[in-house]
Amino acid sequence: MNSTATSVLRTMRSPNVVNGLGLGFVGVIVLWLVVNFLKDPTYFLNVGLDGLTRGTVYGVVALGYTLVYGILQLINFAHGDVFALSGLVASTMMLSVLSITPASSDAALVGAVIVTLAVTVPLFALVNASIERVAYRRLRNAPRVAPLITAVGMSFIVQNVSLGIYGVDYESGSELIPRGVAFHIGDVRFTWKLVIALAIIVPALIVLSWFVSSTRQGKAMRAVSQDTEASAMMGINVNRTISITFVIAGSLAAVAGLVFFLEFQVRYDTGFELGLIAFTAAVLGGIGNLTGAVLGALLIGFIQSFNEGLLWYAPGGDWTRSIVFGILIAVLVFRPEGLLGERTPEGA
Amino acid sequence: VTSITDRARGVASGPRDRWIAPAVIVVGLLYPWYEETLQAIPLIGDFIPSTESMVVMVAFTMMALGLNIVVGYAGLLDLGYVAFYAVGAYTAGWFASQQFEQVTFHFFSSVPSDQPGIHITMWLVLVAAGFLTLFAGIVIGLPTLRLRGDYLAIVTLGFGEIVPQVVRNGDNFFGFDLTHGTFGIAPIDAAGFPVLSTFTSLPKNFQTSPNRAMWFYLGAFALLLITVFCTVRLRDSRLGRAWIAIREDETAAAAMGVPLMRTKTWSYALGAFFGGVAGAYYASFRGGAFPADFYFQFSVFLLCMVILGGMGSVWGVIAGAMILGYLDREGLATIGSKVQDAGLDFDPTKYQFGIYGIIIVAMMLLRPAGLIPERRHRVELEEGVHDTPFYDVQHEGTLTDRDPSDD
Repeated sequence: MNSTATSVLRTMRSPNVVNGLGLGFVGVIVLWLVVNFLKDPTYFLNVGLDGLTRGTVYGVVALGYTLVYGILQLINFAHGDVFALSGLVASTMMLSVLSITPASSDAALVGAVIVTLAVTVPLFALVNASIERVAYRRLRNAPRVAPLITAVGMSFIVQNVSLGIYGVDYESGSELIPRGVAFHIGDVRFTWKLVIALAIIVPALIVLSWFVSSTRQGKAMRAVSQDTEASAMMGINVNRTISITFVIAGSLAAVAGLVFFLEFQVRYDTGFELGLIAFTAAVLGGIGNLTGAVLGALLIGFIQSFNEGLLWYAPGGDWTRSIVFGILIAVLVFRPEGLLGERTPEGA
Repeated sequence: VTSITDRARGVASGPRDRWIAPAVIVVGLLYPWYEETLQAIPLIGDFIPSTESMVVMVAFTMMALGLNIVVGYAGLLDLGYVAFYAVGAYTAGWFASQQFEQVTFHFFSSVPSDQPGIHITMWLVLVAAGFLTLFAGIVIGLPTLRLRGDYLAIVTLGFGEIVPQVVRNGDNFFGFDLTHGTFGIAPIDAAGFPVLSTFTSLPKNFQTSPNRAMWFYLGAFALLLITVFCTVRLRDSRLGRAWIAIREDETAAAAMGVPLMRTKTWSYALGAFFGGVAGAYYASFRGGAFPADFYFQFSVFLLCMVILGGMGSVWGVIAGAMILGYLDREGLATIGSKVQDAGLDFDPTKYQFGIYGIIIVAMMLLRPAGLIPERRHRVELEEGVHDTPFYDVQHEGTLTDRDPSDD
C-alpha cells in the first residue's frame, strides 16, 4: 500500500498533472456558469447580485481571519463566534435599546446603525484583544498546535456565552431595512439589501486599507507579519502591534455582525459555519493577503448563491457546506498559496 | 502526587509499576458486578455511572486512543475525527442491518435468518469497519497530509463536515438509497455468539440477552484492551518513534531520513482504524447509525479528552476519556440535578461544550501536557520546540541572550 500511495502522490505532485486537474476543475465550473448564464441572463445576474451581498459580508469576516493569520500564523477559530456575538449584541442595540421597528423612519434607521456601530465596534475590539491577551499570548513560543487548540476552545467558550445570554432563537433585523428594489438596470434589480450592505462595508474597507497602507501602525503591522524578530530589532513594539491587529479584527467582526443581523438572521452558532466559510474565503484568496480575502469572499458568495439559486444542475442548499469545503480542499491541494498569495512553507 | 503520576506515566514502565496495569484491568473488567454496591453508597452513590453508560465511555475511550495516535504521537491536529466514527457506524449499518433489503445474506449473524438485508456477524463487521475506515483515512490523508499544521487542521475539519453531509444527503444517489438520509440506519444487529451459544451459556445476541449492558460492556472492554495494547506497541515501534520525531521537528525528521508522507499517512490511517471499530461497536450498541450524531462538536469533544489526559500519554488519554465520557453521559446531568436541588437555576448539560472549551483553554494555558503527562511531550510543550528566539515576546523589551542582571 505504501509504495503505491507514495507513487500516486508523486504523480499528483508533478506540476503538469496538478495544473491539468486544477484547470479541468475550474473549466467545468466556468462551463456550468456559462450555460446557466445563456439560459436566462437576467436571472443569472440577479442571483449574482445576491451573491455579491453575501460575499461582502463574508469578506469582512474573512479579513479578520487573514489579518490575524498574517501576523501570528494562527487560525483564530474564535473569530467567527465573536462575529456572531457581535451580531446578537447589535440586535439588542437595534431592537431593544434603540427600539427600531419596521415603521421607524429612514433617518432613525441610519442613526441607529451609527449608534450601534459606535457601541459594538469598540466593545468587540476590546473583546477580541482580551481573547488574545488571555488565551494566545502565553503560547507564542509553544508548538504551533497549542495556540490552535486554544483557539478552538475559545471558540466554544464564546459560542456558549452567546448561548447563555441569547438562548437558541434567531435574531433578525431583515424587517427593519426597506424591502424591494433600490434601482434597476434593465431587469437586473439592485435591492436595498445590497445597497445597505455596501454602504456600511465599503467605508469600513476604505478605512482599513488606509490604516494598513498609510499609518505608522499599519506599517508596523506589515513589518511584524513579514518578520517578527527583525521588526522587534527595528524598535517596533511587537505585542502592541499584535494587540492592535486583534482590535482591528474585532472591529471588523462587529461591522460584519451588524450587517449580517440586518440582512440575514443570527444565532449563537451562526459564527461556526460562517467562520468556516470566511476562513475558506481567506485561504482561497491567499491567506495573509487582504485583497485576496475580499476577492475570495466574493467568489465564495457567488458560488454559494449560484449553487442555491441557479436552476440548471445546481446541487442546491443541502450541499453548500460540502461544496465550500470541497473548494477549500481543492485550493489547498492544487494551489496552496491561494489566488493572490505567495507560496509559504505551510502549503509548499 | 508527582510520584503517582511518575509511576502512571508509561504502561508498566518499571518493575515497581507492573501491578498497576493488571490491577486496573481486573477492576475494570469486574465493574458490572460491583456497580450496584457502589451505587448503594450514600452521597457518592448517585455519581456512580451505570454499566450502560460505561459501554459508551469505553467506546469513546477507544476513539480517543485512535485520535491520540494522530494528535498525540504524530502531532497532527485532526479536527474531523468524527468522520471516521461515521464511516465505522455506517459500515455496521451496511453489513449488519436490513438497509439493503434487495439481498438477503447471512453469515454467523445473531438475528433470525429470515430477515432480509446483509447480516454478517458483528465481530467480522468490526474488522471490516476498521479496514474501511483505515482506507478512508488514507483517502483523506493523501491529498492533505503534505500540508502542515493549521492547514491540515482546517482540511480535516472540512472532511469532518463533508462526510456527515454526504451521509445526510445520501438517500438518493442516482436513485440508490445508500444511507437512508436523515433517518439513519436502524436497527443495526447486535454483537453476539450465535455459534457458541448453542453449547455454552454465552448469549446469542447481546441486545436481547437479559444482561444486555453487561455483555456489551465486556465486549467493549475487550476491544479497549486490544486498542490499548496496539497503541502502546505502535508507540514503541519504529513507526511510532518516527511519529514522535515528526512531532518534535518535521524538518529534522525528514533530514534524518524519515519518510514524511508515508509516516503521516500511517498515523492517520491507524488512528482512523480504531475510530472505525469503536464507531461500529457503538452503533451496534445504540442499534443504529444516525447522521445527527456526527457533528463537529464531537470531534472537539474527543480532542478535549486527549488534551485533558495528556497528548501522547496512553494512561492520560484513558483517564481523560473516561472523565469526559462520564460527564457527557451522566456526570453533567447528575451535577445539574444536584445544583437544581440546591435551588440554583443552572443546567450544565446545556453548556457542556462551553465547559469543554474552558477545559481545553485552561489545560493548554496551565498544564499543557495534560493530567498524566507523557514525559517527552511535557518537555516539548513547556520548553518550546523552537530555537531560543532572539527577541522574547513574552517579556517586553528583553533580548533573550541578555542577562536581566545586566540591566
